[in-house]
Amino acid sequence: MSGFAYSEMRIKEKIIEGLLLLSAAISILTTFGILYVLISDSYPFFQKVSLLEFFTDTQWTPLFADKHFGILPLVAGTLLTSGIAIAVALPIGLTIAIYLNEYASPGFRKVIKPILEILATIPTVVYGFFALVVITPYLQNFFPEMGGFNALSPGIVMGIMIIPLISSMSEDALYAVPKSLREASYGMGATRLQTSFRVLVPAASSGIIVSTILAISRAVGETMIVAIAAGQQPNLTANPLEPVETITTYIVQVSLGDVVQGSLEYQTIFAAGITLFALTFVLNNISFYFKKRFREKYE
Amino acid sequence: MEKISANNVQVYYGSNHVIKDVSLNIEPNTVTAFIGPSGCGKSTFLRLLNRMNDYIEGFRKEGDIFLDGKNIYDKKIRVEELRKEVGMVFQKPNPFPKTIYENVVYGLRIQGIKNKKVLDETVETSLKKAALWEEVKDQLTKSALALSGGQQQRLCIARTLAVQPSVILMDEPASALDPISTAKIEELIYDLKKNYTIIIVTHNMQQAGRVSDKTAFFYIGELIEYGSTKQVFTNPEKELTQNYITGRFG
Amino acid sequence: MSKRNSINRINDQVFKWFGIACTIFGLAMLAIFLYSVLSEGIPRLDWQFLTSLPSRKPENAGIFVGIVGSLWIMGLTALIAIPLGVASGIYLEEYGKKNMIASFIEINITNLAGVPSIIYGLLALEIFVRVLGFGKSLLTGSLTLSLLVLPIIIVATRESLKAVPNTIREASYALGATKWQTILYQILPASAGGIMTGVILALSRAVGESAPLIVSGALIYTSVIPSHPMDDFSVLPIQIFNWLSRPQKGFIVNATAAIIVLLGITFIMNGIAIYLRNRWQKKIKW
Repeated sequence: MSGFAYSEMRIKEKIIEGLLLLSAAISILTTFGILYVLISDSYPFFQKVSLLEFFTDTQWTPLFADKHFGILPLVAGTLLTSGIAIAVALPIGLTIAIYLNEYASPGFRKVIKPILEILATIPTVVYGFFALVVITPYLQNFFPEMGGFNALSPGIVMGIMIIPLISSMSEDALYAVPKSLREASYGMGATRLQTSFRVLVPAASSGIIVSTILAISRAVGETMIVAIAAGQQPNLTANPLEPVETITTYIVQVSLGDVVQGSLEYQTIFAAGITLFALTFVLNNISFYFKKRFREKYE
Repeated sequence: MEKISANNVQVYYGSNHVIKDVSLNIEPNTVTAFIGPSGCGKSTFLRLLNRMNDYIEGFRKEGDIFLDGKNIYDKKIRVEELRKEVGMVFQKPNPFPKTIYENVVYGLRIQGIKNKKVLDETVETSLKKAALWEEVKDQLTKSALALSGGQQQRLCIARTLAVQPSVILMDEPASALDPISTAKIEELIYDLKKNYTIIIVTHNMQQAGRVSDKTAFFYIGELIEYGSTKQVFTNPEKELTQNYITGRFG
Repeated sequence: MSKRNSINRINDQVFKWFGIACTIFGLAMLAIFLYSVLSEGIPRLDWQFLTSLPSRKPENAGIFVGIVGSLWIMGLTALIAIPLGVASGIYLEEYGKKNMIASFIEINITNLAGVPSIIYGLLALEIFVRVLGFGKSLLTGSLTLSLLVLPIIIVATRESLKAVPNTIREASYALGATKWQTILYQILPASAGGIMTGVILALSRAVGESAPLIVSGALIYTSVIPSHPMDDFSVLPIQIFNWLSRPQKGFIVNATAAIIVLLGITFIMNGIAIYLRNRWQKKIKW
């Protein structure tokens, strides 16, 4: 082969590598794009609305005549629904993880795990339907004063949705605990319950924490379930029987309406967006820290 | 003229000095055996000859290696061309997850050769040279992974032969095989010697004694002794060689 | 001593039943949801429903617009996300092992995977709709969803490439193949099964998304069937959302029937992905 063809081939290989690199770099572009959009579009908002007002005003009424721009009601709605979700998902998910890991037969585990995973694949509008049409009426048997829109129903349904997140990851974490620890505990006459809670869960705690934080992050970022079943009324409350609006559903609400681009009202969705991004960013990075700790422990 | 000659070769992996000042010459159409205990550098040195070490993190070489008088580490050398000239068979048979036919012609396809007649002929010739043709000639479209270990290794030899190298490097080619397959491989090496220069790394000294013309004994990165197989095995010059041959250490 | 033992044993048994109860709770919820959807929705499901356009009267309304829109979105997203995702995976796994850019890209991908989907909608609203001028079109929607599901494809590609034994690469190089030839002719074919699994899971996720599309301009109510990537559109989940926001019971029934279709698509796609994954894992017993 002539030298000319040789360098042609080398160039071709280099070009291919370059194209592949460019593709991979799209993710960098995406991150910068998100940061740029959130910052540059909420900046004008924060020039008109002070950070103090944003974080302390107890009303969020940007679309009304009497405008208030306090994010607290939206944050309260987010925390309330996510809190209910975790209150449901953590005990149930962790129990399932422990049960599948220490009590159930491998055959049972093999069948049940994929079925539970199905819960994670259902589109969120469908969950919204369940919350509105199935769970809310059922709950109204117990709370007759509760309206058709409330925080409890979507909270519970979100919890059901994220059960597999917690159960699968926690189960993997429990599974990774060295056999020697188990044998030491059983060898001393401990029951499965005692072994699970006194030895295994503490040993797998990093992994369990990671799964929980990721589940919280998922709940915080959830939109449609709450949009369908919680009503869209900003409401600074801790009462789950009342309707609420979350950061995410506010953004949807504005997108559904006719808001003039570039107006202050329009900018509010980016202010809400950057708040949401900050929240989930912090949560995710905390979980990465714990994930690293988990890896270091077992590798 | 020598087929391959190495002059004062040093190899480093990072700060590890793994080949220490090795020089040797290999004549064409001979079988040379590299022997020595695990970790002595014989495989590393073998891989210098087709530049497979280039992929290893921290690899550094000093000294020169010549093939037919040309420095194989010269910047102008196309490493892909070198590997067509110097083929390699690995310890564990590694056929591609494709048909037997596709395994043999792969080396030709990547050169752009598409003519079916050429490919078909090459498949037959190579499989015959590798003593596998009779066993698989009616099943060329079968998956290579369905063959036995010994057959897979002969398939790997066939696909190496298909690109018409002049040197064949074998890194413990029979160590993963049963005795019958091993015998077949050794027979094959003896036949191939007429047309190829073969270098075989082996930890099996009887094997080295059976198939090779010359033997090189490596120990912790150094070339301790290199001479005709008969002489190295029956009347070694160095005591270290003598100890290794007689099994004082492994 | 034995009193303590009995208490321990009782507690153990109680927890065991609690564990079973929790597991059953999850399964029961799934069963109840499916039952509620099927019982209300199947009667409504017929050819007319599948082929009708939206309407103010629930009995006349159908999901044709949503289905066409969803198919368009799936197709365009596949066209965009598959090459980008697979290329990124190849670069990170086969070329970028030791360099800093690759590590930085990896960190980005991990972070992006945790960003709420609605944020992608905001990104799209500003960049695709306004700055690039694509407007509220199928193109914008599919670009949005492509970015969203890219991490899924990238991770699946990397896992599949990683599973190909290094001995195959070595054998290919030893025969004189270049790096790209090795990737194109040996490694990609061997990892195709795993990559396809990831692609199908990514598309299945994309078909169920609504929030980012609503924000980036998909229409809630439209009777227009899109025929071009720059057209307006709606998708099945958004139609469902729209119907769930209406007070009339007829629309709730419509939503239920539409959900059956959406779930059907989702489950079939996930089922195919799992089937492929099992077949592929069996195949690679080198």
